[in-house]
Amino acid sequence: MKKIIDPNLLHRKYKQRLASEKKWVFFYQFLIFIAFFSFWEIASRQHWIDPLIFSYPTKVGHLFIEKIADSSLFTHLGVTVFETLLGFILGTVLGTILAAILWWSPFLSKILDPYLVILNAMPKVALGPILIVGLGPGFTSIIAMGAIISIIITTIVVYTSFREVDDNYLKVLRTFGAARGQLFQEAILPASFPTIISTLKVNVGLSWVGVIVGEFLVSKEGLGYMIIYGFQVFNFTLVMLSLLLIAIFATIMYKVVEWLEKKLIKDVEK
Amino acid sequence: MSFLEVKHVAHFYFSPSTSTKALEDISFSIEEGEFISLLGPSGCGKTTMLSILAGLFPPTSGSITIDHEAPDANSNLIGYMLQQDYLFPWKTIEENIFLGLKLNGRLNEETKQSALHFLKQIGLEGVEKQFPRQLSGGMRQRAALARTMAVNPKLLLLDEPFSALDYQTKLKLEDLVFETLREYKKTAVLVTHDIGEAISMSDRIFLFSAKPGRIHKVFDIPKELRDVTPFNVRSKEAYNDIFQTVWKELESLEENN
Repeated sequence: MKKIIDPNLLHRKYKQRLASEKKWVFFYQFLIFIAFFSFWEIASRQHWIDPLIFSYPTKVGHLFIEKIADSSLFTHLGVTVFETLLGFILGTVLGTILAAILWWSPFLSKILDPYLVILNAMPKVALGPILIVGLGPGFTSIIAMGAIISIIITTIVVYTSFREVDDNYLKVLRTFGAARGQLFQEAILPASFPTIISTLKVNVGLSWVGVIVGEFLVSKEGLGYMIIYGFQVFNFTLVMLSLLLIAIFATIMYKVVEWLEKKLIKDVEK
Repeated sequence: MSFLEVKHVAHFYFSPSTSTKALEDISFSIEEGEFISLLGPSGCGKTTMLSILAGLFPPTSGSITIDHEAPDANSNLIGYMLQQDYLFPWKTIEENIFLGLKLNGRLNEETKQSALHFLKQIGLEGVEKQFPRQLSGGMRQRAALARTMAVNPKLLLLDEPFSALDYQTKLKLEDLVFETLREYKKTAVLVTHDIGEAISMSDRIFLFSAKPGRIHKVFDIPKELRDVTPFNVRSKEAYNDIFQTVWKELESLEENN
């Protein structure tokens, strides 16, 4: 006997399956969240783990409210987010400009090649003490850390994408008598736009590293300072609070950049 | 003096380990309004010749004049069409077509209107605001023709512009390009490895031999084939005769290599 196929019914079933899967995924994500914090709370209160070192969620929560009340938290949070954003923007913009200069002069790029390799291999946070001595223990050196950590890798990635632009596009422009600047403006830069945007996502993560390490070293204000201070006075509740805040705000920033990336790339490809 | 004069042109390519002679003692002249095909096996330097004519780089030795001037990409003398359309994917069709005018600083209402008029003439009305990927391969190559024609070049250089298209589209576009060039009385040089295309479109065919590239033979296309559109040329008797002649010549070249 031939089976009768009802496409509408099948489609409805398919959609139901998708929806139910989504529900279950969310359920387990939520479960992990609850389980993690409950276990942390219980384990610490029962002294399975040392509450002095690991603290526990309700205690962190109390501290959070306390810090909001005396408004010191906002200063630290604001400072760190500001430094990260600026370091991230500077790193991306300067890296792209450097890539443009290298593209402009192939001779210069050949000369600088080994130095780029060295600078890229070098762990940038090791430059921290020098930056602080050079730029003073404050904003400037922390922002410089946030920028310097992403600038070389941005240069290398963007420069590679500049060079991979199909030569035939340049040929089209050159037969129209385009100057080198016009080649850059009409073909090189727009063709590399998706690459530049995707470096944003990497750079936002790197900038957090640079800024937190910078704040460790400068030890004046910010979430990095809160961690180092908490560590020194053995207040690990404060350390945990800072870590949770960093996790939340780094995620938010990453998500914003991801959203921006989707939107910009869609505009490019539209 | 002819419209285009090439005298004793030779060209070398260098790499650290080799020096390759791409062209050897090339001399020819082309009259205004003529359609010439450069035919030959791969590696015979056809595309090198075309790039030199376009002024993209100078030949190692020899001289070239186009309308009494040395070739120069900046002089708006030349229109170049590539194997693929190479329309800029992030620009609309309109922006793509205005590109040459914009780069030359000649973009104004008048040149814009004439470029758009041409677009309409070749059957691409209503796609001005669309992006290249929304168009079919044939439409895109037509848009590329419009981009080339927009700057009103005196000499058109066609680097296998139909090779990436399916056969049907290719035949249609050959007719379109042929008629357009006739109508605007343009001089053109076509690089191709398709004998049929060379015969059906040109007034003369320069057969190149490879390694090093030099002109092996020149074929004059009979008058009765010159004035017929490429599609109709293919059904003429004289077409088959000349096809056989060129074919044999090309075969003998390949055997010698």
